[in-house]
Amino acid sequence: MGMMPSPYGTQLPYEEKDTKVVGTNPTERPDAADKVTGRARYAADINLPGQLVGKVLRSPHAHANIRSIDTSKAEALEGVKAVVTRDDFPDLPVQIASGGEIMINFRDVTRNMMAREKTLYDGHPVAAVAATSENIAKAALKLIEVDYEVLPHVIDVVDAMAPDAPLLNEEQFTKGIDPAPDKPSNIAARMVAKLGDVEAGFKAADLVIEREFNTKAVHQGYIEPHASIGNYTEGGNAEVFTSTQGHYMNRAQTAKVLGMEISRIKVTPAELGGGFGGKNLIYLEPLAIQLSKKSQRPVKMAMTRDEVFRSTGPTSGTNITIKIGMTKDGRMTAAEAELNYQAGCFPGSSLPLCMPTAFTRYEIENVLVVGHDVICNRPRVAAYRAPGAPMIAFGVETVIDELAEELKIDPIEIRLINAAKEGTQTHFGPKLGPIGYVETLERARAHDHMKTKLGPNQGRGIATAFWNTLGMETSATININQDGSASLIYGTVDVAGGMRAAYAQMAAEELGIPFEKIRAQQSDTAGLGFNFPTVGSRGTAAGGMAVVKAARDAIARMCQVAARIWEVEEDEVVWEDGAARPASANVGEFEPLSLAEIAAKAGFMGGTIAGHAEINVTGGGPAFSTHVVDVEVDRETGLVKVLRYTIIQDAGKAIFPDFVKAQFHGAAVQGIGLALNEEYIYNDKGVMENPGFLDYRVPVASDVPNISTEIVEVPNPLHPYGVRGVGEVSIIPPLAVISNAIYDAVGIRLRDHPMSPPKVLKALDDAAMKEAAE
Amino acid sequence: MKKTHVSTTINGDEFDFLCEPTQTLLDVLRDELQMTGTKEGCATGDCGACSVTLDGTLVCACLVLGLEASGKEIETIEGMADGDELHPLQRKFIEHVALQCGICTPGLLVAARSLLDVNPDPTEEEVRYWLAGNICRCTGYHNIVTAVIDAAQEMRGT
Repeated sequence: MGMMPSPYGTQLPYEEKDTKVVGTNPTERPDAADKVTGRARYAADINLPGQLVGKVLRSPHAHANIRSIDTSKAEALEGVKAVVTRDDFPDLPVQIASGGEIMINFRDVTRNMMAREKTLYDGHPVAAVAATSENIAKAALKLIEVDYEVLPHVIDVVDAMAPDAPLLNEEQFTKGIDPAPDKPSNIAARMVAKLGDVEAGFKAADLVIEREFNTKAVHQGYIEPHASIGNYTEGGNAEVFTSTQGHYMNRAQTAKVLGMEISRIKVTPAELGGGFGGKNLIYLEPLAIQLSKKSQRPVKMAMTRDEVFRSTGPTSGTNITIKIGMTKDGRMTAAEAELNYQAGCFPGSSLPLCMPTAFTRYEIENVLVVGHDVICNRPRVAAYRAPGAPMIAFGVETVIDELAEELKIDPIEIRLINAAKEGTQTHFGPKLGPIGYVETLERARAHDHMKTKLGPNQGRGIATAFWNTLGMETSATININQDGSASLIYGTVDVAGGMRAAYAQMAAEELGIPFEKIRAQQSDTAGLGFNFPTVGSRGTAAGGMAVVKAARDAIARMCQVAARIWEVEEDEVVWEDGAARPASANVGEFEPLSLAEIAAKAGFMGGTIAGHAEINVTGGGPAFSTHVVDVEVDRETGLVKVLRYTIIQDAGKAIFPDFVKAQFHGAAVQGIGLALNEEYIYNDKGVMENPGFLDYRVPVASDVPNISTEIVEVPNPLHPYGVRGVGEVSIIPPLAVISNAIYDAVGIRLRDHPMSPPKVLKALDDAAMKEAAE
Repeated sequence: MKKTHVSTTINGDEFDFLCEPTQTLLDVLRDELQMTGTKEGCATGDCGACSVTLDGTLVCACLVLGLEASGKEIETIEGMADGDELHPLQRKFIEHVALQCGICTPGLLVAARSLLDVNPDPTEEEVRYWLAGNICRCTGYHNIVTAVIDAAQEMRGT
């Protein structure tokens, strides 16, 4: 069913009320002490008795047939305990499933984990070894003989779409075209979203601007390289400790590619050292289990940084065309987008999720969005924080800036003229409910940032963004302990440390006990029902809804115990301020029974108290953000320095406000890195040339300024505490906002990402030459 | 590979270990001594997640050989708190939400302490440039800089 909202979804209405814990900043964040002392256990910190070291042999070629693999010399090396190749895993037929924010096909999942007929990118796994030491494992990799037939390769999306491009899959025919094509293509699918009639809309416009944009693939850049420990026991069960954003999906995929039943595998998600969407797919887990099965020892595998860059989830590089028409008073009449996205070596880019973001935040009657999902000889793309959306906003928000300039309308005003509000029809289906987009624009206009004077070669930009919040399957349990404390068990992986605090805050609010009385802990796959991975900004929103439901379930049980003690009917008891009380004076005179008092008696009065939720959340809540940036362009070097940065974002309601702002900061700085420096660079053999933090340069502290943030709170009506997703929206505007600011500073429009010094310098030189020629 | 016996001091305690000539101090800390608070992010000296001090000098443990630890005084994240009393930097990191996933946090704390050892009253710019060897992908650095300046102020007693 993919990511369609369930017709049996759960929504809990927003209740406006004074809160004691929700909306405050807890001083004792549950994860923090362990993280500042080095005691938090990430996957690479975990060791099992007798474990071996596993390493992966990776393809040095971008595209090659594998004629044969000879592992005999590696197997003969002293200290080598197991070697696995394609022959150790079953082939799987085509079967499409949800893989977090992207769709997956098990035929491809098994081929991505371990190459079968072909290697499809530089870094594609070809074999794996388990040995008694890392040095022996590395030596064994060198003894594996692979006979490759090197094939022509294709790296860039426009090249891959050409009719004569080297084909990655001879059996792939473009889906979504009528009539179905009879020739295979690297274009896996054509997708269309439509509203009204764009042709008529463009005719009604006084001004139409169309521009083309190109962006390079970028990596999530989490500091923790992927690590997994697999332990297969003779009874046919396996346990896995791994770095993942979604251990249930990880388990399901691992079981599938190993031909095991899901119940046979227990996955424990270790503390996660960053994921940002890149830790939703399986990489090492099935290799570690299979090596463990063959060697009868636990096997620990950890990627190097080079392997992380070459073999795990970059986001799509893109080629995008944006066309927008406006009347002379600045009203949009039509908007069109063509989105050509690299999917990497297998289909399944983030297009289904990012196409809805294209123009959503504007009220436009006529919209056409066409997407092409294109395979090429790169690692299979993974989600990356609002996957695919920053690149579309790069186009849309800079074209709007050009229109505003031509029409002599202020860039905030032009967005307000077209701003989406409650009732606006989106181009992806639903009408919008109450949203805070207009508020973010108005508060940006009133912000002190706008009053700051700019100097020479300095410029200011504005850009805005939308991202939807996912719901999906979510489970939680609250156990009320005999001493009146509560153990909250959640299953949606807490990727950054704020979610478990926010869960405990919501549980404390519901139960009426202090925050400190609740300990929120992550469950492994054995402890709770299925939880969708932490993607689509769903963590606090969806996980929080399950926590609230579980808390209310526990409260009902506590009221039942109180009723039994008082010998009254259950519906004659209510829960207020952390205690059971008679619903009215008619029920009788009873002293309130506190949670601790009930917990102490519950065992005898029917059994220990626990509250549960196993739900599919459908009340996500769309979120919007407006960014303002000031930059200075160095005309000598082409360096763009970010001087001031302001983020105004609708969080629905902020459960833990300081953490919400911290999410804004982090998203924007990732976006700044994406805008100014980060890019995958390939040589003419299709080999990645910058697989390390020296040459793939992410922002460091001296690259960025302090960031000003404001939280807008327009509650999500479908969430009990009004929460909207907050993690992703603010990575969307930086590309566009910085491009707009560079134009304001030095009069050049950059449409090729990244806006790195050589590109800026060249654009400045070109502009100077053009001016001189005129 | 032949192993060499090395004696060193870590967080004030004496340690002995056997080390291959190719093993880095980071490998030794994590794999031989099970001191996993020091993290590996890149193993090429670019991310700072493995920051420790060697005789008081801030280094990336991945760029130091295990053999070089012989006779030296090493300080790691595990030695930063005083019993159950957190170092002011550790407290201020929590208070200002200067950590999210936390994988870079031990390295950043060790680097920040090393800054305050030589410069107890750093400006925002000095903090940003000193910490430029430590990549954090979650926080955008704003809260880290705030926490370091606030901790410095508390430690100066002003």
